Order: sequence, then structure tokens, then C-alpha cells
Amino acid sequence: MEDIRERKNRFWAFFVLGFFVLVSVTTFAYNEYYIYLSIYLWFGLVYGLALQYGRFCFSSAFRDLFAVGVARMAVGITIAIVLFAFVASLVTAQGLSTFHPAPSGIHAVIAGFIFGAGMVFAGGCASGSLYKTGEGNMNALIVVISISVAQALFVDVGGWTNNLVPEAWHHSAVAKGLPESINVGDGWMDQYLAGYVWDHPVMTFSTMLGWENSSALGAIVGNFLIGVLLPSALLLAVVYFVWSRKAFVRKRVKVGKEKMTPLDEVKGYWAMLTASKRTAIAGLIIGVAAGLHMLVLQGTRVKFGVKNAGALLERMGFDYGISVNGTVFDPGYWYVTTQEAQWVGWMLQKSTGANYMDNVFFGYVNGIPNPAVNPADWMSIATIGGAAIMALLYSEFKFKKPTLELATWAIIGGTLMGLGARLGLGCNIGAFFIRVANGDPSGWLFGIGMVPGAYVAVKFFNWWTERKMAKQGFDL
Amino acid sequence: MTMKFEKITDGNFLLDVKGYVCPHPQIYTKKALERIESGDVLQVIFDNPSSGESISTMCDNTGDEIIEKKKEEGAFIWDIQKL
Repeated sequence: MEDIRERKNRFWAFFVLGFFVLVSVTTFAYNEYYIYLSIYLWFGLVYGLALQYGRFCFSSAFRDLFAVGVARMAVGITIAIVLFAFVASLVTAQGLSTFHPAPSGIHAVIAGFIFGAGMVFAGGCASGSLYKTGEGNMNALIVVISISVAQALFVDVGGWTNNLVPEAWHHSAVAKGLPESINVGDGWMDQYLAGYVWDHPVMTFSTMLGWENSSALGAIVGNFLIGVLLPSALLLAVVYFVWSRKAFVRKRVKVGKEKMTPLDEVKGYWAMLTASKRTAIAGLIIGVAAGLHMLVLQGTRVKFGVKNAGALLERMGFDYGISVNGTVFDPGYWYVTTQEAQWVGWMLQKSTGANYMDNVFFGYVNGIPNPAVNPADWMSIATIGGAAIMALLYSEFKFKKPTLELATWAIIGGTLMGLGARLGLGCNIGAFFIRVANGDPSGWLFGIGMVPGAYVAVKFFNWWTERKMAKQGFDL
Repeated sequence: MTMKFEKITDGNFLLDVKGYVCPHPQIYTKKALERIESGDVLQVIFDNPSSGESISTMCDNTGDEIIEKKKEEGAFIWDIQKL
């Protein structure tokens, strides 16, 4: 029985893999520019494989510390950030980085708070929900849909929300002189972006220290050592002393070793780093892959003589949904939420006829190209596929129907994540992981916001769980 | 699907959280372990793979021992003895 199930699982795993091979081969045979789409696709697949293998979820990193005192994921993510930062610093020092820092300000902390609360409610972060969808978890699919819809609606919201826009934002937004097709003076998000966020400083640790960002000194010492390695080591030390040390000491006491020397503390710190091999291995793969992703995409851009996939789409005759600047969403690295907002933006414009290209997010920057030819879309689809392959091979794929209770949390959490992602110009990947690893202080600000957001949501779930257990007669 | 937490026999409890996703299985397990006595055994049934990693590390931290791990049709069945 088990054999038949395993054989079936293997068949479906290779079927999914075969589908992606077919997409890559047939599109490349049609036009070599599709290699750009395939690069996103195959890196997305690697992310999906690694995320599922390591059960790699940013929500877990923040939530499990407060909920069950488990530091496993916080450690794994920090390992991934440090490794990615190291590879990224080498790529940056070669002048081949695709990374652009974001404006730094208090808005990143507020956005992180909303996103942090949302990911705990939803049961997974933006990337975590993709890999869990690949495991057959339909609750996670509801989260993905909620994030996508919330973003697409939020970036285009106008009407009464204009009354909530400070006058200074309005004047600043209008003064930017954006093209006429972008109605920047109408809509809360447009005026928030062009009239408030864009007025904040854009920097990296290297530029803050007065060094050239793409110099070896700036990229390796400024961005990597000072911006990532030192704060990460300190953060892990805090995690060790607050959450992990107690267990290490208890195990030593059990074998008759009560005194802790400084060397023992180092051993305890190392034991924490290597406690979950799956998580550490996933962190290593994700860190290195994210760095290579930047390098490969930049090399491809140079080969084709473009700076954005929008130019390639236009060369291939696709002009629908390209932004007024001739661009589409093409971050050049791992990203999750924007391409999902594009799916919904494209569908809404196609089905309702309403204009979703008159706002800054879609019309000025990211566009809403057909999802079938949108390179970044394939990164998300392949992340789901990669996770499905891994789950099938380990017999962990299980189709799970959502219940009313879990679907409610998924919609609330997904919506909060969607709002937080747009306010912070990215999710746990784009606004936190990628930015922190590339020496952008706004990434740390987003992370600082996620901590209290996750804490508040965990407190809520603690109360909710106590209430349900009390109903079954197990009140403390 | 609803969470089930019940006493099976003296010293043996069952927590069935199949169908639940993160963070519910690990929070329910923590709360259930708080409600039983030292030496009691809690059988946890869950089908959310990532919760297993959290429950396993949580037990490692607290000293509670996972005395048996089984896997049946995509569900994990773990027996945890409270320290």
C-alpha cells in the first residue's frame, strides 16, 4: 500500500518537474528572450524545494520565539541572511548587483508591524504560504489569494480615502511631475508613495559610512560586515541567552557538568546554530541561490542589452500592461508579493474594464502584463511547484481543505500582509530578507516592526487557544 | 474538523489537531503539556509538517521526551512524555 502511494507521489513529482522543463524548452524554442522567464522560474523552483525541505517560514521565526520558545527558524533565517549577504556583497563589489535600496523611514516599521501581525494570523509569511500551497494546504492558497487581492485593491483605492491624505503629501506628489496617465493626485497609495515615501532618504550602510556602494570596502566591510554580520551575530547572541541557553545548560547538568565556562558558552551558541540541520541546510541553499540569482539575471540583462524585462516583452510584441516607463516588475532577485498583486490587477482590468494603470504601483512602475509571459510570476508558480515536488518525494503532500475558522484567519492575515507589503514596498522577502542582506537599513526597520506585530498576534492566539481548551473542560 | 483534547486513561491524553495549520498545532501542544502531570503521556496527532519541527525543538528545550513517532497517511502521531 505504502509502495503504491510512494510510486504515485514520485510520478506526480516528476510530472510537475516535467511541466516546468516543458515550459522552459518550448518557450526558448519560440524565442531566446524567454530564457529570462526561465531564470526566474528555475530559481523559484529552488526556493520552493529549499523552503519545503527546511519548513522555512519567516512567520515561524518571529512567532515561535514568543509562542513556544523555539528559536530554530530565527536561527535558520539569520544563517540564510548572512550567507546571502556574503554572496551579494561579492556580486555588488563586482558592480553586478541588481539591488536598489528603498527609502528608509518610520513607515517601514509601521508596515512591518502590520505585516508581522498578518503573517501570524495567516499561519505563514508570503513565501511560507507559497510553499505550503505546494504541500496541498488550501488554507495557504487562501492566504496567497488574500495577499494578492488586498494589494491590487489597496494600490488603486481612491474616493473618500483622499480625505485621509495630508495636504503636504498631496502637494509633494503632484510636484513630482509624473506623466499625465498617472493620476498621482488621486488615491491614497499614490500620494503616500510619491508624496511621502519617495521623500525619504535612500541609503545603504556603505553610503552612510561615506563609501562607494559598489566598492569592495563599501560592499564587503560596510554592507556585509557592519550592516549584516555584526548585527546578526548580536541578535543570535540575544536569542541564545534568552531562549536557547537554558536547554543547553539543562542537558549539561544531566551529565554532571554544572559549571559553564566561556568556551562552553561558545559551544552552546554553536549547538544552537546547528540544532536543526534541515533548517540550516535550507538557509544555506536559499542564501547562496539568492546571491546567484542576482548575478545570473544581471548577466542576462547585459547579454540582451536591457535593464528591465519590459523591453524584452515589447521586443516580442507584448505591449499590454507595460508601465508608462516601459517597465514591468523585474526585481532581479527573489521577491514574492508584487507579482501576485499583478495577477489580480491584470484580471480586474481585463474583466471589469476599469483602468488599473493610472496608479503609481501598476502604471508607473510594475505594469500588469499577461501573467503567462510575466517573468516574476513564474518565480511564484515554480516556488509552489518546487515545494510540491519536495513534499511529494517525502510523502508529505496532503490536500487539506480549509475550515471556516482557519479560512477566517487566512483572509484576515493575508489582507494584513497585503496592506503591510504595499506600505513597506515589499514582504518578508522583498522588504526584509533582500534589503537586510544588501545592507539597506530599511530592511532592519521593517524587521523591527515585524517583532511587535508578531508578538501582539501571538498574544491573541494564546488567548484564543486557552478559550477553546477551556470549552473542552481543560481550564487551568 | 475540530480540535480534540481528551483523557484516554490515567496518565494518557490525546490531542488531535489534524487539519490545523501553523501556529495552532504547536500552541495546542504546549497548552496541553501544561495541563498534564509529570510522567503523563500526550499523544499528538497532526498533519502540518512544519509544526513537527517546532514541536520537536520545543520538547528538546523543555526536556519533555518524544518517545514514539509514527506517520500514517500524511498524519504524524507523536507520543510525548512530560518531564
